[in-house]
Amino acid sequence: MELDLGGWFALLIQWLKANLGAFFDGVTTVIGTTTSALEDVLLFLPGWAMVLVFTALAWWVATRGVALFTFFGMGLLTDLQFTLFGTEFVIGMGYWDITMQTLSLIVTASLFSLLVGIPVGIWAAKSDAVDKTVRPILDFMQTMPPFVYLIPAVVLFGLGTVPGVIATFIFATPPCVRLTNLGIRQVSEEAIEAAQSFGSTPTQMLVKVEFPMALPTILAGVNQTVLLALSMVVIAALIGSSGLGQPVVEGLTQLRIAKGFEGGLGIVILAIFLDRVTQAAGEKAGASTAQTR
Amino acid sequence: MAVIEAEHLWKIFGGDPDRARTLARDEGLSKAKVKEETGSVIAVNNASFDVKAQEIFVVMGLSGSGKSTLLRCVNRLIEPTFGSVQVDGEEVTTYDEDELRQLRRTKMSMVFQNFGLFPHRSVLGNVEYGLEVSGMDESKRQEKARRTLDLVGLEGYEDSNPGELSGGMQQRVGLARALVDDPEILLMDEAFSALDPLIREEMQNELLDLQDQWDPACTILFITHDLDEALKMGDRIAIMKDGWIAQIGTPTEILMNPADDYVESFVQNVDRTKVIPVRTVMREPRGDEADHLSETDASVSPHTSIAEVLPMVLQADGPVAVRDSGEVLQGVVSREDVMEEVTRNASNVSKTREATRQAKAMEAA
Repeated sequence: MELDLGGWFALLIQWLKANLGAFFDGVTTVIGTTTSALEDVLLFLPGWAMVLVFTALAWWVATRGVALFTFFGMGLLTDLQFTLFGTEFVIGMGYWDITMQTLSLIVTASLFSLLVGIPVGIWAAKSDAVDKTVRPILDFMQTMPPFVYLIPAVVLFGLGTVPGVIATFIFATPPCVRLTNLGIRQVSEEAIEAAQSFGSTPTQMLVKVEFPMALPTILAGVNQTVLLALSMVVIAALIGSSGLGQPVVEGLTQLRIAKGFEGGLGIVILAIFLDRVTQAAGEKAGASTAQTR
Repeated sequence: MAVIEAEHLWKIFGGDPDRARTLARDEGLSKAKVKEETGSVIAVNNASFDVKAQEIFVVMGLSGSGKSTLLRCVNRLIEPTFGSVQVDGEEVTTYDEDELRQLRRTKMSMVFQNFGLFPHRSVLGNVEYGLEVSGMDESKRQEKARRTLDLVGLEGYEDSNPGELSGGMQQRVGLARALVDDPEILLMDEAFSALDPLIREEMQNELLDLQDQWDPACTILFITHDLDEALKMGDRIAIMKDGWIAQIGTPTEILMNPADDYVESFVQNVDRTKVIPVRTVMREPRGDEADHLSETDASVSPHTSIAEVLPMVLQADGPVAVRDSGEVLQGVVSREDVMEEVTRNASNVSKTREATRQAKAMEAA
């Protein structure tokens, strides 16, 4: 007779579904609404206009090089085509809608990751007990193969974008918690003592000293979270989340090399854009926090 | 009147503090022995001292002597394990969080060894911090911060990032941040130790000048590991060793009558004339000396060392005026006073040692 650990877990999930159904429905509504609202915003302007918006953002936050990359890379994903002097020009591969769907999934998942991850990170930095409790949970979240928690996610949240967001959230939250924890713990002892010696309340200490001084490290965590979220796109597509993962999954299941390559390329372009922009934002914050000795 | 009064102050880390105290106090066990027995580290061992209004009280000791811990017990950045600390007659150790914050906001501020500046705030933002957390409105606190920056010679640097400034300038920011709310008490934790020697001297002199100009002057509790600095800055000095205070006295007392071998080993190689400031040998002008002084322009600061004054006194016809940075006459020094001090220095060291030896021999007999 073997130990039926998996069976117990399955029972637990069934129990959760039966007894906390309303809660999971609520979560589904919140996440579903956020994602589709974001999608609507991103698809409000035509593709070419959004490319310009992203390019401007890249220029403002990062460098001209990143802006240039954004312009051509994102341009490649649009569905822009026009006829000039009797010749038809095709600018993009026609992936714009699913690119924006992917972006809204990533942004939603990252947003929830940060909303949970940063406060938990701060709490873990303040309390060694919390740190010790949270650490193995984070290890679990990061090392458990995503396919494994995809199954209960589908059972609890159904098919589609919402379980994709949930799975992405689980996978992408740990670095945010870890780096927030690290950043707050690394704030120099003397700066903390100084803030205390001038009569700061704990809230003032956190808001005026600890958080701003930890910000570069926290933003490195945000960067990691966003990139990990992006790496989940294909897996999320397996359970029906729409986005750039779909052509990849289709490519794989139907052995269509072309389609798989195009979807993959789209993910890479989006990844480079998000990485450079979030990284540059972190460096900007870091420059204004240049360490004094 | 004593502004700060510490009595039987102990800070014991870890282990069994009660037992550690008993062993150290009643059975006279050393710090190392106590650690072996109880696992407790005694950082401050039964320290009692009082700091008088407007004096500079220096606590001097080598690293690990517990001086910084002692300082932090006063504003409770570190909680004392046993004993009492009174500020203006009020017991501070029993303050709750609110009272403690109020004390730190209004009465005391602190300057740190490595400046402890906030790198994400401008120079002005650093200086106004204390006023900001106590809720002063922005225009008012910025004006006050600007004025304080002028005072420490940093006008024009308001918008700089502290990281762009030199060490000396950074510590001026630290000083301005501490002075912005006109604190009654200034706690300085090795404030000048991280600076280059020349800058350090400049800052020492400026602090002494500021202290002279202020009315009412700050009471300063100053921590250092540097004996020269202690002798230069201190109205009184406490010498710490292994957490306990070996001796408290004026610079002259410490140099003339070291309480034990430890203090003596510290001071035996000191050239008194280079560290004893003129203020300790100056006297009130006698008879018509004061009238005579107004004719001569030569004057010295009360903080100049005797060695520096020597050539001037030898050249002058009569006594030399001692004036503070506001050109107010503090007293006079004559050739005789200075020469007496110089000769005493020459014989002092060997004499003290001889006296101690004799005293010990008598005790033994």
